[in-house]
Amino acid sequence: MIWSKYSAPQTFYPLAGRLIPWFAAVAIILMVVGLYMGFFVAPTDFQQGESYRIIFVHVPAAWMSMFLYVVMAIWAGVGMGLNARLSFMMAQAIAPTGAMFTFLALLTGAMWGKPTWGAWWVWDARLTSELILLFQYAGVMLLRTSIDDLRRADRSSAVFALVGVVNVPIIYYSVQWWNTLHQGASVSMATGSKMAATMLMAMLIMTIAFWMYSIAVILARVRCVMIERESLPTWDDKPAVIHEAVEAR
Amino acid sequence: MLQAVGLSCRRGERRLFSDLNVKVERGKLLAVVGENGSGKTSLLRIFSSLLPPEEGSVRWEGEDIHQLKEFYSGQLMYLGHLNGIKDDLTAVENLMSSMALAGEPCSESGAKEALEAIGLKRLVHRLPSKVLSQGQKRRVALARLWLSTHPLWLLDEPFTSLDTASTAVVTQRLHAHLQREGLVVVVTHQEIALPSERLQQLRLAG
Amino acid sequence: MSHSSMWDSISGIIRRDLLLAMRRWSDAAMSVFFLVIVVSLFPLGVGPEPAVLRTIAPGVLWVAALLTCLLSLSRVFTPDYLDGVLEQMVLVPQPLSLLVLGKVLAHWVISGLPVVLLSPLLGLQFGLDGEALGVLVLSLLLGTPTLSMIGAIGAALVLGVRGSGLLVALLVLPLYVPVLIFGAGAVTSSMAGIGGEANLSLLGACLVLSLFLAPWATAAALRIALE
Repeated sequence: MIWSKYSAPQTFYPLAGRLIPWFAAVAIILMVVGLYMGFFVAPTDFQQGESYRIIFVHVPAAWMSMFLYVVMAIWAGVGMGLNARLSFMMAQAIAPTGAMFTFLALLTGAMWGKPTWGAWWVWDARLTSELILLFQYAGVMLLRTSIDDLRRADRSSAVFALVGVVNVPIIYYSVQWWNTLHQGASVSMATGSKMAATMLMAMLIMTIAFWMYSIAVILARVRCVMIERESLPTWDDKPAVIHEAVEAR
Repeated sequence: MLQAVGLSCRRGERRLFSDLNVKVERGKLLAVVGENGSGKTSLLRIFSSLLPPEEGSVRWEGEDIHQLKEFYSGQLMYLGHLNGIKDDLTAVENLMSSMALAGEPCSESGAKEALEAIGLKRLVHRLPSKVLSQGQKRRVALARLWLSTHPLWLLDEPFTSLDTASTAVVTQRLHAHLQREGLVVVVTHQEIALPSERLQQLRLAG
Repeated sequence: MSHSSMWDSISGIIRRDLLLAMRRWSDAAMSVFFLVIVVSLFPLGVGPEPAVLRTIAPGVLWVAALLTCLLSLSRVFTPDYLDGVLEQMVLVPQPLSLLVLGKVLAHWVISGLPVVLLSPLLGLQFGLDGEALGVLVLSLLLGTPTLSMIGAIGAALVLGVRGSGLLVALLVLPLYVPVLIFGAGAVTSSMAGIGGEANLSLLGACLVLSLFLAPWATAAALRIALE
């Protein structure tokens, strides 16, 4: 089967190495295009002026943070179901990138919030959910690093990732519910359907750029994870490519 | 019949054993011997289904134990190197709750008889287990052997901290179990005084 | 395996855990004292203004209940893990998730129920009146079992892990957020005259969901911890 062929670390390692530059190049090109469109082409918002332009980073980052959590949980689930080592390594590699995007979404949210709402932090439903998402990413990563036994670390953090994926939508709706209860701070970040076509385009391009960036970074990190685990003998028939990589370090 | 097919096991960075094959018929006792850290306890935990092997499988009466799941647990009496005894419960309470947990509830008088069989006097039955000595605690745990009707017994160092008299009593009990077509796997450092046709040895290289 | 022996195992676990809790009653007493002390700290920090205290009461009482539950989590599985009973539990001819359910139920009786029973008294300290007190008790009655169910997952994940006390808090507290929101929200909305029914039914939904999913995740985590 093709899947099992490419899921073997020996095959995956060089394959990932060949793919990384392509994803990285596409990410850079799209990011330049997207940012140019967002910051120079898209029209100025008549209510918020220029400060709204941060959403071209903020919204794609927020989307990616949630998307990556789901992808991480899927890899974790596959790892538990098929007992596949590569799946656990993928889940491990995704977590830091996901956490980075969550942090980026929070940071840009605050930067947007200051001129718009006059406060760095508002207990808005989306921002609050993002904050809790960041805690969950931290939980997954800290649980992994606290456990010495690799197999247990993989599987325990997988269980927590899966529990968290059930929790994320519940948190989102509960925070929204909580917001309607406590009237006042509920300011929505969505600019609604009035968004100009160029704005939407720029946002989509940025999302794809972030996506490609994630793939490139995650593949690179998976390779690092493989080398790291290789120094602990977890598989016997070590591919020559990895030996070279280890020696080159 | 208990059978290990192509078992390999790795703990952390160390490979303990690989491609291990062994077959034990009912009525026999398999003594697993070897140096410290050779993987004796890991093998017993693989037999118990607590630890999944890295490769290979364990079969009970010809079927993979991971397919049998809870049915296999119902065939099993496992005593690890921990006694599974609560300090705040008395010997009788400990024994009764262990047996209830294993799905073989016993009466209070049954529990007392088992404790007496292994040489714990009536006076000791009512004391909280935290005041018992190591050997006494081990005997409370081993008293399950007198109550369990499950055919497969997996025992990790059953004779540690036992005196010679108790060791002899436990050995007799194991013999009786083998005569009833039971099957025992014991991890041990000691010689087991059983007729040689009942014994089978597996030595793990360190 | 027949239903009766399944019930034997679960009720055996519950009875044993309750018996142990009675022998070690000081553990449960500590939780209760912790709750009372934490709740009493807030008026000292915020000031004795009755209107302010009444506003913060639902949140303070709920957060305190949550922390009390969190602190008692290490008692769910750790003793059994250390003395080997957990190995016996995993090797029982019944589904492990059912035994987990029994253990969590026992844990709730020991550490959650006292919080529920004590809450009207603490509510009075904060000037809550009749209906709000009733909703507070009801919300805790529905919410604290959920806290125990979710907490058990975290407790199982960190068994035998270094720094497990802090780690379990980091894992479990984000998962507690919805329960906190609905629980405190129920009391707040009843005080505002909107009635707490909507929040209470959401709490009930959380409880049902956790009853279905948490024992399963906990059982998986326990198996991993024992490998």
